[in-house]
Amino acid sequence: MRPILSVRDLHVNFGGVKSADGVELDIHAGEVVAIIGPNGSGKTTFINLCTGYVIPTRGTVLFDGEPITRLPPRKITRRGIARAFQIPQLFTGHSVLENVMLAVAAQSDIWQPIGPLNRETYREAALRILDLLALNDSADQPTAVLPEGLRKLADIAIAIALKPRLLLLDEPTSGVSTAEKTPLMDTIVAMLRAEQITALFVEHDMDVVERYADRVFVWDTGRVVASGHPSEVLYNPSVIERVVGVA
Amino acid sequence: MVVRYLIGIAVIVGLLPLAVSWLGFVFTVAIGKGLAALGVAILLRGGMISIGHALFFAIGAYATAFLMRGKINELITLFVCATFITAAAGLVVGAFMVRYRGIFFAMLNLAVSMVFFTLLSKLYHLTGGTDGMRVMTPTLLGMELSRPAFEQALQLIAIVLMVGAALAVDRYLKSPLGQALSAIETNEVRLEFLGVSARGVLLVAYVASAALAGAGGALSAVAIGHVVPEFSYWTLSGQLILIAVLGGISGVPGPFIGAFFLELVRTFAVGFAADAWNAIIGISLLVVIFFLPEGLFGILQRTETRMRRPKA
Amino acid sequence: MFANYAPLIVDGLADAALIFFVAVGLTLVFSVLHILNVAHGSFYSLGAYLSVVIGTFVAGRGWPALSFLALLISPIIVTLALGPLIERTLLRWTYGRSEALQILVTFGLFLILEDAQKLIFGVQSYSQDAPMTLLGTTQIAGIVYLNYQLLLIALAVLVAIGLRLLLKHTGVGKLIIAVVADQEIARAVGIDASRVFMLAFSLGVFLAALGGALASPTVGVSPGLGAETIVLAFAVAAIGGLGQIEGAALAAILVGLTRSAAIYFFPEFQPVVPYIVMLAVLLVRPYGLFGSIGLRRI
Ligand SMILES: Nc1ncnc2c1ncn2[C@@H]1O[C@H](COP(=O)(O)OP(=O)(O)O)[C@@H](O)[C@H]1O
Ligand SMILES: [Mg+2]
Repeated sequence: MRPILSVRDLHVNFGGVKSADGVELDIHAGEVVAIIGPNGSGKTTFINLCTGYVIPTRGTVLFDGEPITRLPPRKITRRGIARAFQIPQLFTGHSVLENVMLAVAAQSDIWQPIGPLNRETYREAALRILDLLALNDSADQPTAVLPEGLRKLADIAIAIALKPRLLLLDEPTSGVSTAEKTPLMDTIVAMLRAEQITALFVEHDMDVVERYADRVFVWDTGRVVASGHPSEVLYNPSVIERVVGVA
Repeated sequence: MVVRYLIGIAVIVGLLPLAVSWLGFVFTVAIGKGLAALGVAILLRGGMISIGHALFFAIGAYATAFLMRGKINELITLFVCATFITAAAGLVVGAFMVRYRGIFFAMLNLAVSMVFFTLLSKLYHLTGGTDGMRVMTPTLLGMELSRPAFEQALQLIAIVLMVGAALAVDRYLKSPLGQALSAIETNEVRLEFLGVSARGVLLVAYVASAALAGAGGALSAVAIGHVVPEFSYWTLSGQLILIAVLGGISGVPGPFIGAFFLELVRTFAVGFAADAWNAIIGISLLVVIFFLPEGLFGILQRTETRMRRPKA
Repeated sequence: MFANYAPLIVDGLADAALIFFVAVGLTLVFSVLHILNVAHGSFYSLGAYLSVVIGTFVAGRGWPALSFLALLISPIIVTLALGPLIERTLLRWTYGRSEALQILVTFGLFLILEDAQKLIFGVQSYSQDAPMTLLGTTQIAGIVYLNYQLLLIALAVLVAIGLRLLLKHTGVGKLIIAVVADQEIARAVGIDASRVFMLAFSLGVFLAALGGALASPTVGVSPGLGAETIVLAFAVAAIGGLGQIEGAALAAILVGLTRSAAIYFFPEFQPVVPYIVMLAVLLVRPYGLFGSIGLRRI
């Protein structure tokens, strides 16, 4: 079967720092995979490369067999890759609900200047997603004053509203309290399975990885240094040595 | 909500000149500037400041003068054509401008307006140079009206134009496209990650704001009967910004309130402060920014909500 | 062949020198304060007005040589009177606020300063010729050059070198560079960033006013000069890359030479030449020759 995302020989450096140094990986449709690795190992950079925010100096990214390597973020998004951010990226002049409605509108038809954003169809679609992430109570709150944990959720809600085929989540559970991690990941992964969305998430909590990932990729200094089923990889002594220091 | 305010303003502006007749002209000119300031306000919604927006005001005004020179005499045709011509100019200039944000956007707009001012002043054979061009009294729906009758009709048309433009802009700002414009100010990167071209969103706003300024320029050209290069000068751009900020950008009536206020002040101040008019504009701009960031319309809205809410 | 173009090149370089003073001030202030001061051109015109007024006054009293002193003293007066005052009051209030607000505030200041000049100096055109006539001309290979132009070019080179030395080799310069590199860290190691801001802004005011003063013997000084200057200075700074001092120097030369060529070949296009150059550069390099825009970390 052809992988939905296929990355070959990806390189980029920032002022001498090799943030991607020959990354290679394949993800298959329907999988939920995790990335682990120390801070600064290039996990976020990898997501930036896949979504067009950072242009690689070398290498290719294939989505559904088509090269997307040098496309800008908006074109990649329109092809069906959405992402949530390590640092939540919200429209701080809008409420949580409006943030998600904007994503819903973007996903259907943003270019018409007549009907209001605040319309029944968009509203219902957005509320369904907020419901999923238990964000209903914050729907009308302005995002500028939202606590970090909820900002993180709102950020994920926007990504989900885009109905992607591939979802990239950068540390979805950071900033979320330990007690809430499991319920959050439960709902996200259940949603992913139900909607048949392929996903990749960056994670520092090994329990979360073991519980939810079909496969895990271990990152170090800009490259994949190990991969496989969590039960093998997470108990591999050399991986533990590499990652445990920070995890 | 907005409709109520607009009707209120339209009634006041329509009726006052019946008592004080010279107000009719002042209000017509104010609506011309208000339209242009509404264009400035649209861009402000996206966090962009054009300090050269008088460019489009002047394009609308000169387009009107040239169309009349080309023997087009019908007012409605003039307005429609001038607005379209300005929108087209907005599309060309905007295609370049939307690559920039912040100070680059502001200054590049200023630069283009200065170049245009220079051209208007220097191309004497075409534009009449610093003397400008005369704009005769057009016909209205084929009728040749006397100047007083025409001015009264023009005043009504201006009010209709104001209400129509304000309602259209209001719809636009509330639509997904208008909301995406505000999203540019707060997080343009995320907007791109929604699959939306921020430049595209901005270009629509830019063309709309140019068209409004063009309509305002056309109205002013006909009302004043004369166009001069100063229509494109930065002093007018400064006034447009002040009008937008003073009126408040939280709602479409804002720029018109600002325009009426400023034109009235000017009518009274012109006798003793003509030389210092720009300084007054500058000082007012600072005062508004420091002390009334939400503008007159914001204050109006706030007072009203406060009066309506029963005491808690 | 060269002889034909030599006067043209000297004209262009003298023009470049004047543009350089004001543009480098603009770019310097931007690199330190991250504010592009729309009122910057007004310091140029203030410097020009003041030096003409003082210069013609002393020349009228029979000391034309003193008008050279006026060229130096006027920018100092403008700087001392306005630099710290504006930075400490208006600008300070905008630090850390939105860029839109900073633009509005400096634009407001610009409107005020432009009218203030009209109120003080009226609308007539001022000029002085003492500095130009006193210095006379030089003949090289049969071509006559204005010594004043040669002086301008030499001064611009000196200022460029001086700025470099100041920034790279003096205590103040190192403080400025530290603040430019990272304000937070600079504050953390105990640098008084707010003093650096005031100094840098005042230096910018001085450079603009100096440019205006030095220009005053070569042009008529009248209302509108400040507005023309800010747009020209911005064009030059943008061509070079905002915040790039070397960029501003190169861009000034580019614009100066193109302008003098335009005066020679297509005089009617002379006023728009800088903008055509700007447009051409920005279409190829959207943030200027040496400029770039960093990626926001997400
Ligand atoms: N836009 C950028 N500019 C400069 N350096 C960057 C940029 N993005 C990432 N880096 C560098 O690349 C390396 C990897 O960063 P990142 O991908 O954020 O790591 P991780 O997400 O694994 O913590 C770090 O050394 C970081 O400083
Ligand atoms: Mg990261």
